[in-house]
Amino acid sequence: MLMDTPDETLAQAARSGDRAALGVLIGRHYDRVFGLAWRLTGSRADAQDLAQDVCAALPVKLTAWRGEARFSTWLYRVVVNAAHDQRRRAATRLKASECWGDWELARQDEITGEAERLDWLTGTMRTLSPELRDTVALVVGEELTQAEAAQVLGLSEGTVAWRMSEVKKRLKAIAAQEAAR
Amino acid sequence: MTDEFDALKAALRKAPAPDDDMKARAIAQAMENFDRLQGSPLGLRPMEDRSKEAGFFRGVQKMISAIARRPWLTATTSAAALAVGMVAFLPVAEIGRLRQTPPQEPLIVQAPEAKVRLTEQSDAGQILAPAELASKQEVTNAPAKSGAKATNSAAETDTLSKAMSSETGSLAMTDTVAIAPAPAVVGLATPMKLAPAAEPNTEAFANADLNPVKITAEEPVSTFSIDVDTASYAVVRSFLNAGQLPPAEAVRVEEMVNYFPYAYPAPKAGQAFRPTISVMPTPWNTGTRLVHIGIQGAMPAMADRPALNLVFLIDTSGSMDEANKLPLLKQSFALMLAELRPQDQVAIVAYAGSAGQVLPPTFAKDRAVILAALDQLAAGGSTAGAEGIALAYQVAEAMKSEGEVSRVILATDGDFNVGISDPEVLKTYIAGQRKTGTYLSVLGFGRGNLDDATMQALAQNGNGTAAYIDTLNEARKVLVDQLTGALYPIADNVKIQIEWNPAQVAEYRLIGYETRALARADFNNDKVDAGDIGAGTSVTAIYEITAPDSPALLHDPLRYQASDGAAGPGELGFLRLRHVAPGGSSSALQETSILPQTGAASEDARFAVAIAGFGQLLTGAKYTGDWGWDQAIDLALSARGDDPFGFRIEAVNLMRMAQSLGAD
Repeated sequence: MLMDTPDETLAQAARSGDRAALGVLIGRHYDRVFGLAWRLTGSRADAQDLAQDVCAALPVKLTAWRGEARFSTWLYRVVVNAAHDQRRRAATRLKASECWGDWELARQDEITGEAERLDWLTGTMRTLSPELRDTVALVVGEELTQAEAAQVLGLSEGTVAWRMSEVKKRLKAIAAQEAAR
Repeated sequence: MTDEFDALKAALRKAPAPDDDMKARAIAQAMENFDRLQGSPLGLRPMEDRSKEAGFFRGVQKMISAIARRPWLTATTSAAALAVGMVAFLPVAEIGRLRQTPPQEPLIVQAPEAKVRLTEQSDAGQILAPAELASKQEVTNAPAKSGAKATNSAAETDTLSKAMSSETGSLAMTDTVAIAPAPAVVGLATPMKLAPAAEPNTEAFANADLNPVKITAEEPVSTFSIDVDTASYAVVRSFLNAGQLPPAEAVRVEEMVNYFPYAYPAPKAGQAFRPTISVMPTPWNTGTRLVHIGIQGAMPAMADRPALNLVFLIDTSGSMDEANKLPLLKQSFALMLAELRPQDQVAIVAYAGSAGQVLPPTFAKDRAVILAALDQLAAGGSTAGAEGIALAYQVAEAMKSEGEVSRVILATDGDFNVGISDPEVLKTYIAGQRKTGTYLSVLGFGRGNLDDATMQALAQNGNGTAAYIDTLNEARKVLVDQLTGALYPIADNVKIQIEWNPAQVAEYRLIGYETRALARADFNNDKVDAGDIGAGTSVTAIYEITAPDSPALLHDPLRYQASDGAAGPGELGFLRLRHVAPGGSSSALQETSILPQTGAASEDARFAVAIAGFGQLLTGAKYTGDWGWDQAIDLALSARGDDPFGFRIEAVNLMRMAQSLGAD
């Protein structure tokens, strides 16, 4: 019966101490969290770490949950913020601050076409600024509407629209470059 | 749609499959943290240093809850500013107050090259939360980090309404906020969409269960620490002004009562403070009486007060660049300057952003010089600025001379990047400086980023007060009206213990002070810390007592009563007060009998009772019976007294607001 309960109800229940509700909630959303984390970081390992961090922090974060937005929107935002934080920490450690920077070595063993596709994706994402990457991850990767993405990112819808048009411009420029080569 | 775009989409959509083991581990981790969270509920607010709190995780969790509620406060205070246009029945006085209030965390619209503070910073600390995932250092640094300013690329900052976008703030609001591409504050222009949706509030406020009615025969002694904090009232006010009832946990009755200045009889010469006790019928229960205890701190003769050496240590990090932060700080200090004597000295040290000594020690009579230096302070983007606090103490040391009072006043919006990053080290450092005679006070500005726990801990270690300044009015209250109280402590570790006489008092109940309860044995233990009283300030405690023959008794009397002991005839109880003189090490005891009085209660006492009733009505009205808002308002109005600053009428208006919001 918990399985049919809406996210928001589960979140509320988990907040007030319902352990089972939290389990269901995380089980239901882990894949989504991981997916977005991957789209934000471009690295499977980072995505796993990020998803782990988000889940670990969720019990505490839920205490701040007030059901003003849909749970999934809220969760997206938590993930995006966690990614930002990870980025910032990486930057302070003078590690490669660019996500989408670590080549996916493990992936290269896979089918060549897949590897190529990933290379292209990584190369393309790296040409975008972190802000544009976040927007792309949500709008293109997660297929959110621009309004939803704006909510997640805490921006106006106009900003998201502007970012997306910027992304398209960049993509065109890349394509033109490739064609010229 | 271009081919590249589709290709990008196809590639991005095809995320690698999550690893089942990792998933299981993440869930297990979440469950573990969940269990720990359930196992360590927020307990009593600490009266001591944070370091003495039990357990590391609890400290972290407390910090997190403090962080978590900031955006909410942000939202409510900004809603308060926005509400002006909406709430038609706001009395004129109230509107005036709001109008002079700079919009709180206003909807800042960024200029294209403006530096934007990422508001999701409040998350930074939370993601670090689990103890396993980060070293203590990392976790405790989080709030400082959240003050760190990130710069968006210029191209990105077209029109970002950041202020309202914090994750725990109202997401619903972001799309209703008007956005204009001009570097202006939109403020009052958008009075629709009040506030976060009226969801049941879920912030974690520090509070404990209501004090129950106790049976004198079973537990004749009641012990607690005084509480001079007033934060709860400010929180309640911002909720009500935003058109929302505050959650019961946000209401700490004693802090509401103590927010107001009372003119209790001053202590005799040589005494640090004087308790005044009055007994009156309970407005909400004919079968009981109220014992009102007002403790007035001595006001040292201000004419010959020692000269003050003040070092302002001012946060100039980028986040301070908001109407209710640095500009308000400048205004506030200008107000305070007028209160200083010509022989007082002022120096200004800035940290984060523009670091260093901004103003060398200058006599207060050179007002223009000080004001000019204040005026030049600008919030810069970068942080760092190492030696902030060390420099401030160094400057204070240089200003010191015999018999003068030195104090560092740290003004910040929560960025404690003052050169010592470890809060523990910072506290030790401040405590060490306190012993050399330089005290520290902390003023918090704005509410987006405040680190309540750190502020309190630093101020307590520095023998100072921590205050929030959210409006110019509040600045005047804290820095002008209560300047002497804030800067001159007269009694530390003030504890109250009352022994009730079972022959006269069968049941009693302390109203408020739930989080300040002390064990009976703590009273005589000077190692147990308690609240401090500043010069000229007052503290109020109210008990509701029931006589043995009263029909209002909640418990049946015992058949076998103890003997009457040493109590004088008619004595209700016996009040014991302990305090430590500032800088002293052992406490002094003051004792008074509580006698039933017949004289009319003072206006101050009756007003305090009205506010106690206000607080109880907001917290479930368990003991107030049929007594409601009308009666509370009447009582407060009848006891309004002089009220030169309008604090009391403001409270009455808040009661009216609460009434119309449908509190029961």
